[in-house]
Amino acid sequence: MSHALTPRMWLTAFLGIARRETLRFVNQRGRFLAALVRPLVWLFIFAAGFRAVLGLSITPPYQTYVLYEVYVTPGLVAMIQLFNGMQSSLSMVYDRETGAMRTLLVSPFPRWFLLGSKLVAGVIVSIIQVYTFLAIAWFWDVEPPPIGYLTVLPALILSGLMLGAMGLFLSSAIRQLENFAGVMNFVIFPMFFASTALYPLWRMRESSTLLHEICAINPFTHAVELIRFALYGQFDLLSFLVVTGCLILFFGAAVFMYDPAKGLWARRKGGA
Amino acid sequence: MPQDALSIQNVSHNFGAFHALKNVSLTVPRGSFTALLGVNGAGKTTLFSLITRLYDNTSGRIEVAGHDLRREPGAALARLGVVFQSRSLDADLTVAQNLDYHAALHGITRRETRDRATEVMALVGLSDKLGVRVSALSGGQQRRAEIARALIHRPEILLLDEATVGLDVKSRAEVVALTRNLTRQGVSALWATHIMDEIRPEDGLVILHKGQVLASGRTDEVTKGDDLTRTFLRLTGEDA
Repeated sequence: MSHALTPRMWLTAFLGIARRETLRFVNQRGRFLAALVRPLVWLFIFAAGFRAVLGLSITPPYQTYVLYEVYVTPGLVAMIQLFNGMQSSLSMVYDRETGAMRTLLVSPFPRWFLLGSKLVAGVIVSIIQVYTFLAIAWFWDVEPPPIGYLTVLPALILSGLMLGAMGLFLSSAIRQLENFAGVMNFVIFPMFFASTALYPLWRMRESSTLLHEICAINPFTHAVELIRFALYGQFDLLSFLVVTGCLILFFGAAVFMYDPAKGLWARRKGGA
Repeated sequence: MPQDALSIQNVSHNFGAFHALKNVSLTVPRGSFTALLGVNGAGKTTLFSLITRLYDNTSGRIEVAGHDLRREPGAALARLGVVFQSRSLDADLTVAQNLDYHAALHGITRRETRDRATEVMALVGLSDKLGVRVSALSGGQQRRAEIARALIHRPEILLLDEATVGLDVKSRAEVVALTRNLTRQGVSALWATHIMDEIRPEDGLVILHKGQVLASGRTDEVTKGDDLTRTFLRLTGEDA
């Protein structure tokens, strides 16, 4: 048997990983519903309440006053991707606890490729969720220009990869499934609330300069802004650079951590 | 073609100050059934984790079918089939979907997997279970399905880590018999166990205790005609 990995074999392996992630997603209908219901509750209830108390000035990319529902939609799209990234992370920890992770890691393909394929597969799933959400939001007067649905796609891929890579990195550091609640409290919620998902940056500055600074450097803020601008056919260079940089950083850290010779993995007794 | 399916030379592994493996050397000849006998904590799973590259081996040398695990990890892993101690099939998917996933991880296309799946499922006696969800299989059937999965990429050596743990007597006997049958068809097997009954006089034997190899060779040569349990207790110093 030849041991050279041909391009076709690489493609087969990627498709196999993507198929499994999709199958798992399809089998867990509750997960799909939860992923949709969460942002829809925010859009239908939270945004409706905030609309009355929160004034928004005209800020790019908007060229006129917009409804709060319109402002908050890119943040909710990013929230879907954030939760999806964390869900992938959770399933990695679960796979490790049940032993299924070993099947992946004893493959002859290099680990960066296996982890990268898992990451891309997760992003594909998150994009399906996002477009379903945007379709429902359209009936709620969230109507970006038609071209925006196309121009937002690269932004969704990039932000999904960055948030998924962060989840991958976190999964390598989490030893037990029970520790995942800590991730919710210390990572997901602070990231989401200390960002421009729900309020513009200038609003933050009015309340606290420190909070404004935290929001400004939060990678999630830049994922939100990248999506916001792309949804209106515009490109935000700073957000693009920050999201790309964070993607490289998080994915590099995840590959390091999952390397058998390096990272926490090497010191973990009991294995994958 | 190298004579040994697996060759391990002077491998050690530490977890901090704890020496899990100390200068371990062993070989699994082609087409043989070699038992790796040791009590819980002897280092069997750590050794398997090194062979499967879940851990990096920093000392000594591990070769799978002549391929150095450090220098040619892809070639070495492509020749290994592994049945882990804990269940590792995805219980929410069918057996066919699990086989499909595993085959893809070895770069085998779906079309080719379909033929191979039929072949390996017949081999393990589960031809009618391809479309069944793993969670609906009995413990013994799940174990056999795991062996089918380990065989789908046609490995040269099978590693089975306590593959009969948790099985009833009948299922245990079936899994052992199945593995022996595979070795008659040219697949080599390294069978990690702590159950003496699973080992026959003609099998290869490696006794691992507290991270060290105490004896290796043909079982009847190691025991010199004595009972295996008595030999094991004598070698490990636990007969007193």
